[in-house]
Amino acid sequence: MRGAGKRLACIFLGYGVKILSLLLAVSLLSFVLVTASPVDPVQQYILGLGTAVSPEQRAQLEAYWGVGQPPAQRYIGWLSRLLQGDLGQSALYRRPVADIIGERFQNSLALMLCAWVLSGLTGFGLGCVMGLYRDKWPDKILKKVCYILSSVPTFWLGLVFLLVFSVWLKWFPIGFSGPIGVQSSQVTWGQKLYHLILPAFTLSLMSFANIALHTRQKLVDVLNSEYVLFARARGEQDWALLRRHGLRNILLPALTLQFASFAELFGGSVMAENVFSYPGLGSAAAAAGLNSDVPLLLGVTLFSALFVCTGNLIANLLYGIVDPQIQEVAP
Amino acid sequence: MNLLEIQDLSVSFRMYGRGLEQTDLQVISGLHLAVRPGEIVAIAGSSGSGKSLLASAILGILPGNAAVYGQMLYKGEELTPQRQQRLRGSEIALVPQSVAYLDPLMKVGPQTGGPAEKRRSLFKRFGLPTQTEQLYPFQLSGGMARRVLVSTALITDAKLIIADEPTPGMSLDQALEALRLFREMADEGKAVLLITHDIDLAFEFADRVAVFYAGTTVETAPASDFKTGPEALRHPYSKALWRALPQNGFTPIEGFQPYAGSLPKGCLFAPRCPYKTEQCIKEVPPVQEVRGGEVRCYHGT
Repeated sequence: MRGAGKRLACIFLGYGVKILSLLLAVSLLSFVLVTASPVDPVQQYILGLGTAVSPEQRAQLEAYWGVGQPPAQRYIGWLSRLLQGDLGQSALYRRPVADIIGERFQNSLALMLCAWVLSGLTGFGLGCVMGLYRDKWPDKILKKVCYILSSVPTFWLGLVFLLVFSVWLKWFPIGFSGPIGVQSSQVTWGQKLYHLILPAFTLSLMSFANIALHTRQKLVDVLNSEYVLFARARGEQDWALLRRHGLRNILLPALTLQFASFAELFGGSVMAENVFSYPGLGSAAAAAGLNSDVPLLLGVTLFSALFVCTGNLIANLLYGIVDPQIQEVAP
Repeated sequence: MNLLEIQDLSVSFRMYGRGLEQTDLQVISGLHLAVRPGEIVAIAGSSGSGKSLLASAILGILPGNAAVYGQMLYKGEELTPQRQQRLRGSEIALVPQSVAYLDPLMKVGPQTGGPAEKRRSLFKRFGLPTQTEQLYPFQLSGGMARRVLVSTALITDAKLIIADEPTPGMSLDQALEALRLFREMADEGKAVLLITHDIDLAFEFADRVAVFYAGTTVETAPASDFKTGPEALRHPYSKALWRALPQNGFTPIEGFQPYAGSLPKGCLFAPRCPYKTEQCIKEVPPVQEVRGGEVRCYHGT
């Protein structure tokens, strides 16, 4: 057991170093991009205040933003404050960026988690059906559905759903995370869930086709494999055969794909949250971008990099648990 | 009575070319074979002669685009697909060719099946350590995998065991042990169909040898005839095969086995046969009884 613990510590240390260096690279790149952009953060901040500022106040702000300093010095200054946990103040919301991200992320997490579980389960299930009925009509129909869904942009699908389910059928609210006119502290779990359904469903449709098509192909490969032929030669058939040999062998690629889809999920949530006016991290990112809110934009960028990294890390670790072949080979 | 009797079996694959074009690729043609309880029948023949496909045909696990013609009788009754489904794994067992036939993500023990005690004693006889049960297929050496594969068949109560190349990768001792086990099974009244490249070992342990060529049996003869030499054999191909063995002169013959899809019209061996006549080229020779063996040749002696 001590050996295993040590191995795990090694793995985490390795990933820790990788994630840190990636975050450093992301921070540097986004800093360079912001520096090169025509956006003037000081001006944006003053605009956000909405009142006139005295020259002294302006000078103070310029000192804070490091106006006149060389970019390298500004970057180091920003980075050292970042390491102390200070992400700065959002010009748009007039609050610390860390608070906004924390709050918005909770909403986004609920949305993404629902979409993620939904797309994973339906994608895997439908992929299995398609693989089992390969080249017969259920497969043909589902395959076309998958192709259509993966070619349709999320925001357009969101608009169609809003139109059909919210405006025409009035089954779901047209947006936000709670009823209009109710304080956010008063919103019940049921109401939150009710507002979550349509955006989550839209978001799940984006990644489910991917999982379904991959699962289908993998199942087809498995069913054509020699070990399934041998299982049939030993009298196994139908569902028992699928359960014994199929699922285990197709679960692994599906899991990897599912955890690796964190990036798409986040990208999709930006679209879905904007269409449904859902107050998540995605809509905050869009708002920060549109309003040139540099601190918030940089904060969200770094956070989303961390989020995607975590997804990949989980996929890697799960591989070791699910696949004995990798377990043995891993350092 | 024959446990398994195959008469005039043909297997062809439907292939789709461009557009609506389709062709039937004949891979087994006019095959005759009989296996009696208590005997080991070895099937010898070069690669691509349809040996493994015969195994799949008997078990009814050919791919969906295969068409089977002719008659297969098991215990005197027609082997229908339903009957094949019922019999495979219980009465008819297969020893597959390679470790790829084991599920890569399943431990060897549960995959071998059978009661644990029987499994352990089988593993012990094969010199497989008990912890082999806890291993995954990728952790097995080539020889271990073979022995596990053989165990999967021997652990069942099958009356007919079809072993598809069971011995390559094993050491001579292990191969002998495996064949001894097959011999024991046969002596208990079971039947073993041994598809093999290890012709020498097959001659030693089998009762009869069926020689395959281009998807058909050209000769079925007692194994002792193969030990005696070419003069005891009936078909020109069997004689050529005997002479091609390293210990018998290593003499090759001209030409190559015809591919499925470009089979000759008459006798399949005619293009390479030194004794061929007009008749051989025009017509497929029927199966004839010659000196206690069966041969598909007009000139069989």
